[in-house]
Amino acid sequence: MNKAPHEPLFHVTKRDELSPVKAWTIRIVAILLSLVLCGIITACLTGENPFSVYGSIFDGAFGSERKIWITFQNLSILLIISLALTPAFKMQFWNIGGEGQALMGALGAAAVMICLGDKVSNGVLILLMILASVGLGALWGLIPALLKAKWNTNETLSTLMMNYIATQLVAYYVIVWEVPKGSGNIGIINPQTEAGWLPQVYNRYLLPIIVAIIITIFIYIYQNYTKHGYEIAVVGESRNTARYAGINVNKVIIRTMILSGALCGVAGLLLVGGINHTLTTTIAGGEGFTGVMVSWLAKFNPIAMIATSLLIVFMNRGAGQISTNFGLNQSFADILTGIILFFIIGCEFFIRYRISFRSSARKEEKA
Amino acid sequence: MIDLVAFIPRAIQQGIPLLFGSTGETITEKSGNLNLGIPGVMYVGGICGVIGSFNYEQACGGNLNGFLAIFIPIICSLVGSLLMGLLYCFLTVSLRANQNVTGLAMTTFGVGIGNFFGGSLIKLAGADVPSIALTKTSKFFKTALPGAASTGWFGKIFLSYGFLAYTAVIIALVTSYIFKHTRMGLHLRSVGESPATADAAGINVTKYKYFSTCLGCMIAGLGGLYYVMDYASGVWSNDTFGDRGWLAIALVIFSIWKPDWGILASFLFGGLYILYLYIPTGMDHMEVKELYKMLPYIVTMVVLVITSMRNKRENQPPESLGTNYFREER
Repeated sequence: MNKAPHEPLFHVTKRDELSPVKAWTIRIVAILLSLVLCGIITACLTGENPFSVYGSIFDGAFGSERKIWITFQNLSILLIISLALTPAFKMQFWNIGGEGQALMGALGAAAVMICLGDKVSNGVLILLMILASVGLGALWGLIPALLKAKWNTNETLSTLMMNYIATQLVAYYVIVWEVPKGSGNIGIINPQTEAGWLPQVYNRYLLPIIVAIIITIFIYIYQNYTKHGYEIAVVGESRNTARYAGINVNKVIIRTMILSGALCGVAGLLLVGGINHTLTTTIAGGEGFTGVMVSWLAKFNPIAMIATSLLIVFMNRGAGQISTNFGLNQSFADILTGIILFFIIGCEFFIRYRISFRSSARKEEKA
Repeated sequence: MIDLVAFIPRAIQQGIPLLFGSTGETITEKSGNLNLGIPGVMYVGGICGVIGSFNYEQACGGNLNGFLAIFIPIICSLVGSLLMGLLYCFLTVSLRANQNVTGLAMTTFGVGIGNFFGGSLIKLAGADVPSIALTKTSKFFKTALPGAASTGWFGKIFLSYGFLAYTAVIIALVTSYIFKHTRMGLHLRSVGESPATADAAGINVTKYKYFSTCLGCMIAGLGGLYYVMDYASGVWSNDTFGDRGWLAIALVIFSIWKPDWGILASFLFGGLYILYLYIPTGMDHMEVKELYKMLPYIVTMVVLVITSMRNKRENQPPESLGTNYFREER
């Protein structure tokens, strides 16, 4: 009675490190597959042929010179927030409070613009705005870090709560500063004097892009070539190893979160001082959350993050174009973004694990 | 002074969607899955119910059968949120994807689905206002217990809600009982605390994670349905559901992973959520109301910090919360 033991249809084993080329091939295949699915869904909803759908997506993001500039401006803000979150993620500190930190940065800039707009010279004003934004953003990152360091408070949950506290704080000040009274809006700040408006470089879109490039290079060097970056990586791999190696884990957590919050604050500064010249509760537009995904999809690599954030912004603006062209609803962009994200999230599995099927396992035995 | 007889029922109605959401999320978290997609799931639960009852109202042209009018939206809502739950489980349990990222993507996706189909239905209905009203269906959902009107303040506070509100309380109580007193609850908790140990003890970790997450999503989805059909009287307009999904996640922390505490906590949250409407601020200081709206989040922060400070073992999050389990990595 030699009954063969039950063998599962397939089993999963962990791969050794897959070569970057293969890993990126898998990711690109996943992205292409998701684009095909998005095309099919859009085609079904609109009755257009899929190719004209892709045409509209491309047109929405890169259709004219102005559209290209706006796409890259949006990209730069998303990229800054994603980069800001990255050092924290690398140390396995799940900072999903980018939204709140950026909002606080925006609040700081707006506060200085409104309260001191006609009292100090423009150069001093902008300097104070930078200080206020960076300071408030850093403070919003510092609080969860202190709680984590002191009492090991779950950071995912505390940063999440901090987002909404920031939103309400902004809502409070929006009403305090509303113009005209009772409108519930601030409107454009200092429309005549343009005090506190960040200077234009070449045109009104370029400044955030330059800042984003600088921060990308900074984070790349910071993570890969500095002592701080090394400490972050060790803490992320294992807190205990870090402790044995004599790294002050709490100090690293606090320092990294201050940096993370401060950079989010810079995004807030650009949004208020450089782009919108006003303050609303939705000024960060959910990018604090999108940034989490952008950063993770790029495997915390600042250079790859340019590509992932471009993909997200591209789809978002493209889907926006589809919505206007075919009379769909603006939320269509969220659905398409969601589908692409699910594909990329899912494909990581095939990068990390190998699936062997029953029949192929048998063949190996025979051989 | 606040008129309590008017305030309490409104606080409870405000709290019920949060209770559904937090009970669902507690069940999910007990299995070690931190599902940040709950806000999306609640949107999907709401809109699926709306789609179901919209089609039913159109199909039968006004003469609604009471049973079907309730049955169809509930089934649609459950199926919609079940699909979201399966998606989350497939990605995080089967494909072992990062839970935070998957959850956030689900929120983007779910809110998108809700607003997209909501917007499309509004267009189909061709109304002048940007909303659809399913008042006929809503009437069935809002039917209060007998005696609500005739028993004065007692009726108003205890009997004046639609049946889904009582369902929410019952679900929370049953869940709490299952956690504490049944073998299934013990297994579920052990999966959340230490999946490796549970696996060694012969518990099917994957099955428990799938089961609890999907069940949790279905319960949370009902919260979306309650909000549209009962609280909002059958009126769906985009984005009105707002940040209630995140509040539901906050509530899980606030009730320190205990669904029976969650009942009172959700009513308290509901109260805090609408407190600003009852605090006299005067016309000059409308801004103070925005600070009152901050209260639920600040209270949650405080509870989160206190539980981590006191570090009592029974009040901690499930040990493996947010991490995936892969047998070969033990």
